[in-house]
Amino acid sequence: MEKETLLWEVFVRSKNGLSHKHVGSIHASDKMMALNSARDTYTRRNEGISIWVVPSHLITASTSNDISDALANSENKIYRHPSFYDIPDDVGHM
Amino acid sequence: MYTQGLLDHSEETEETPEFLAAFQKRIDQEEKIEPHDPMPRAYRKTLIRQISQHAHSEIVGMLPEGNWITRAPTLKRKAVLLAKVQDEGGHGLYLYAAAETLGISRLEMTEQLLKGEAKYSSIFNYPTLTWADIGAIGWLVDGAAIMNQIPLCRCSYGPYARAMIKICKEESFHQRQGYEVMMTLAEGSKEQRDMAQDALNRWWWPSLMMFGPPDTESSNTDQSMKWKIKRFTNDQLRQKFLDAAIPQAKRINLTIPDKNLKWNKKLNNGRGGYSHGPIDWEEFWRVVKGGGPMARDRLRARKKAWDGGKWVRDAATAYARKVKR
Ligand SMILES: [Fe+2]
Ligand SMILES: [Fe+2]
Repeated sequence: MEKETLLWEVFVRSKNGLSHKHVGSIHASDKMMALNSARDTYTRRNEGISIWVVPSHLITASTSNDISDALANSENKIYRHPSFYDIPDDVGHM
Repeated sequence: MYTQGLLDHSEETEETPEFLAAFQKRIDQEEKIEPHDPMPRAYRKTLIRQISQHAHSEIVGMLPEGNWITRAPTLKRKAVLLAKVQDEGGHGLYLYAAAETLGISRLEMTEQLLKGEAKYSSIFNYPTLTWADIGAIGWLVDGAAIMNQIPLCRCSYGPYARAMIKICKEESFHQRQGYEVMMTLAEGSKEQRDMAQDALNRWWWPSLMMFGPPDTESSNTDQSMKWKIKRFTNDQLRQKFLDAAIPQAKRINLTIPDKNLKWNKKLNNGRGGYSHGPIDWEEFWRVVKGGGPMARDRLRARKKAWDGGKWVRDAATAYARKVKR
């Protein structure tokens, strides 16, 4: 069986000031090829001003369990939100 | 990333009744399922089958239209057709990438297609005989595809839903350029009108078949609806397509090739709709199973492209290895 080319994740910055956002993945054997095919595959209509490509195997992802534990941990820290504090109306906007 | 990630997850999900109920609850609450989430094996399998068939359809679908790129009647039509076919190639790639998040590799999918083991939409096994076929495909085939794809933007599986959102945005010009081709021909000389009508005659029934077998015979629909992979049944989508396409045909004085077509007040919960004559499902199954006039040609063309590209893939890999050193 033929060996498959490397998988890359593609991130596109849609316009100045916005962060790069994950749009999908592509196959390519090296960086330049990855950038070129990311451009052809994901930005045929001016979707972006900058592209990142990252070899997929270098990304470490959380599992849904990790995340729900982390969320549960902050869910009970309601004092991190401004609405936790009762401030009289006549104090004015704060 | 998901493909590799999944391979690390060696623990098999145990499908206890509690697990299945919890999964269904997530679906019922309109939560999106993401690649690393535990999911029933059948959910994964159904999605792999559906998304890979969808991807193959986009890729094989480039062939009938690609057939007319060099013969488009004007430079404008050529540029438009080229852009459309390029889009379809992109759609195939987004969808292969979405399927890969479920743990199948693109190479495996490609091999399934080339070996003739994978299905793709039966519509692409028909030939494009005249320029009017390009109009009919954009109008009817992309029209039917859009009907199908819009509800898929809300599919419960995140990567598939997101790919569909991007695809639907890009599809919007596909149908319009096709209808414009038909409209131009329909307003032209008698030969041109006849050509448009002939294309409609040949593409109409295969387009209705694109929605798949009737609900009474569609085995997977119930489970797919329950899992919110599908939001409408085959017959519901076919009805939407009919109600949209028939006035469009009338508008340009073309005749739908169905003697039994009639307005039925009772359809669509009493709002009325069109009912159609019997569909030749035997033809459908014959073509799905590779019996269409062009089936062998399509696979031969895909195989030629794949084999012809091998030296490029090999060279690129060799170059990457050399640069790394
Ligand atoms: Fe498409
Ligand atoms: Fe399309």
